[in-house]
Amino acid sequence: MTTAPAAAEPARPSLAEAFPAALKDALFAGIIALGVFGPLIGFKTAQDMQNRLIIETRLGLLVAIVLAVAAGRLAISLWLGTRIRYATAAPKFTLRLPPVLTTALPPAALVAVLIYPLMIYSLVGGSGALKWIDNFGIQILIYVMLAWGLNIVVGLAGLLDLGYVAFYAVGAYAYALLATQVIPATFPSLGVWAFWICLPLAGILAAFWGVLLGFPVLRLRGDYLAIVTLAFGEIIRLVLINWKEFSNGYEGISSIPRPSFFGTPFTAAPTGFAAQWGLPFTPVYRTIFLFYLIVALALITAWVTNRLRKLPVGRAWEALREDEIACRSLGINTVNTKLTAFAIGAMFGGFAGSFFAARQGFISPESFTFMESAVILAIVVLGGMGSLVGTAIAAVAMIGGTELLRELDWMKAIFGRDFDPVQYRMLIFGLAMVTIMVWKPRGFVSTRMPTAFLKSRRAVSGALVKEGHG
Amino acid sequence: MSADTILAVEHLTMRFGGLVAVNDLSFEAKRGEITAVIGPNGAGKTTVFNCITGFYKPTQGRIVMNGAGGGQHLLERLPDFRIAREAKVARTFQNIRLFSGMTVLENLLVAQHNPLMQASGWSIGGILGLPSYGRAEKAAIERAAYWLDKCGLTDRADDPAGDLPYGPQRALEIARAMCTGPELLCLDEPAAGLNPRESLVLNDLLRFIRKEHGTSLLLIEHDMSVVMEISDHVVVLDYGTKISDGTPSAVREDPKVIAAYLGVDDTEVQKVEAEVGL
Repeated sequence: MTTAPAAAEPARPSLAEAFPAALKDALFAGIIALGVFGPLIGFKTAQDMQNRLIIETRLGLLVAIVLAVAAGRLAISLWLGTRIRYATAAPKFTLRLPPVLTTALPPAALVAVLIYPLMIYSLVGGSGALKWIDNFGIQILIYVMLAWGLNIVVGLAGLLDLGYVAFYAVGAYAYALLATQVIPATFPSLGVWAFWICLPLAGILAAFWGVLLGFPVLRLRGDYLAIVTLAFGEIIRLVLINWKEFSNGYEGISSIPRPSFFGTPFTAAPTGFAAQWGLPFTPVYRTIFLFYLIVALALITAWVTNRLRKLPVGRAWEALREDEIACRSLGINTVNTKLTAFAIGAMFGGFAGSFFAARQGFISPESFTFMESAVILAIVVLGGMGSLVGTAIAAVAMIGGTELLRELDWMKAIFGRDFDPVQYRMLIFGLAMVTIMVWKPRGFVSTRMPTAFLKSRRAVSGALVKEGHG
Repeated sequence: MSADTILAVEHLTMRFGGLVAVNDLSFEAKRGEITAVIGPNGAGKTTVFNCITGFYKPTQGRIVMNGAGGGQHLLERLPDFRIAREAKVARTFQNIRLFSGMTVLENLLVAQHNPLMQASGWSIGGILGLPSYGRAEKAAIERAAYWLDKCGLTDRADDPAGDLPYGPQRALEIARAMCTGPELLCLDEPAAGLNPRESLVLNDLLRFIRKEHGTSLLLIEHDMSVVMEISDHVVVLDYGTKISDGTPSAVREDPKVIAAYLGVDDTEVQKVEAEVGL
């Protein structure tokens, strides 16, 4: 510490000068933390020896957390308080990736995805790989596909759809019912091909329901549209719960046929996949196959979306998001344009749904709650509306993040054996989302790539792109 | 209605609740001419435009569009997007409505939606990547480039429309309307907010559109330099009623028009009111 500050710079406030204000900050932060965590952490219900529910207090943990918050705030305030304050605002921190990285990211990510299951399999072996491929790989990719499907409706056409999970449910139930009831009753010999026959049917059915939803909401915009789509999602779920003869209600549908390897089932039988290919039987083969299947489905979604964006219908969707009245003055049939957006978005939801049913082997209305719609919408918004890359990043962060938070066992070493990190999953998760939205209010990728160019393709700043008003 | 009439507005009335915005208005616009609709603020000019382009459904009256091929369209019966698509009436807006998050070129491609949609086989051929769509898109980009050149926007083709200054935004809106291939172009205050130099460029552009493309123009305008300079025929509205109709010079001399715009002495009020028919 020998260099004296330049004469022009104002004097750096000393620690003692900054301390009173920082202490006040810390006190307020402590009070707020007490208010927030008091009911959440201070009390806990438990059963005593007579099986009665009693309230236990956890004052020690509460005090520890409040003190941690206050100390953290004190440190931040002191750090901020002793820095030199310039008259002009500091340049806002922006993450600017070098252009090579941005163009290389999608292919690199694709290669990583393609080698991921094989790499995991060779690293941790059969039983361990199952969890990593299924929970992290397939689970995330289902949401990537759902988010890309919803992106057509919300991101491109600017129609806020809060009931997207309804189409996911339609796809799942279409596959489940066709494969467990219709195909065995009509063409039992097609049993092994059930998935491959039902996948397109499920997509078509979901698209049909998309159009059905589209009609009543055509005149609605903004909040009103959101409410009606929300209601639509709930109606589908309630019908599935209550129409027992059709959907078996809460019990759901079980023993749904699994997809076959193009006609070869993944069973231990001599006609099964492992025996046919001369491999020892393990359930991992099916999981790896499912992984590549959802990769293929998601890639089809991305490819079709990219193609459609460059077609008149895709441009009309984006124009609709920008200004509906101008669209009509140019002779664009906005009714058809909205309906195609709903139908195509719903179709991909239906594909994902039928894959979900085939992967789980069991579905019930529990899987299709509003929470799912909210998560998918959050992925689209977090990723940057309209951007496929951003949406994929957001899906990895959101779904992979929540799954990773299940693995927080090391926190037990700090907070004691009773501490269950899974319970704090949503708290941490919410905090992370708020942070990201403060940092990047228009999502990870806020720029828009033009679909045509005369001389050079330059990204359009997110500030100019409208979000749509329904 | 004579043979060279492109648009005939007959007994048009538009009421919003108790307010009569347009009252029994009749006028004709001739093919290949520039017809101006002028009038003080609140005279009902934009309402007439909205009725012609289908954004309002008139309370009473008839609007007949005579197509170049001899077809006749009753605009009051067509939904707005079919007026643009089938009757070939394009319009611009008083408060500019561009697709601000799309590039200038994309704005012009959206305007060619219907022919491109057909060329893409309603998207199916386009998804499969059939060459016919590629050719159609190339032609559409050429057409867009042509209009960009005419409006002096070629250098800004790949910039977002929302980034353009006000004057070029106005020009782009006209280019976008022209990309739909209209027979009648309705311009709602195209010179509003333009500086005198930009106004002159606009006059040239409008004359060019009429001369080279045979497009008839109907325009609402406050800027008298534009109106008197380029229009062949002027219709004057006041309080939703037509008070004058004729050549620019005839309208300029009309005492009713002068009264509506400038007001009159107290002593003359009764005389003028009697002439106007109040």
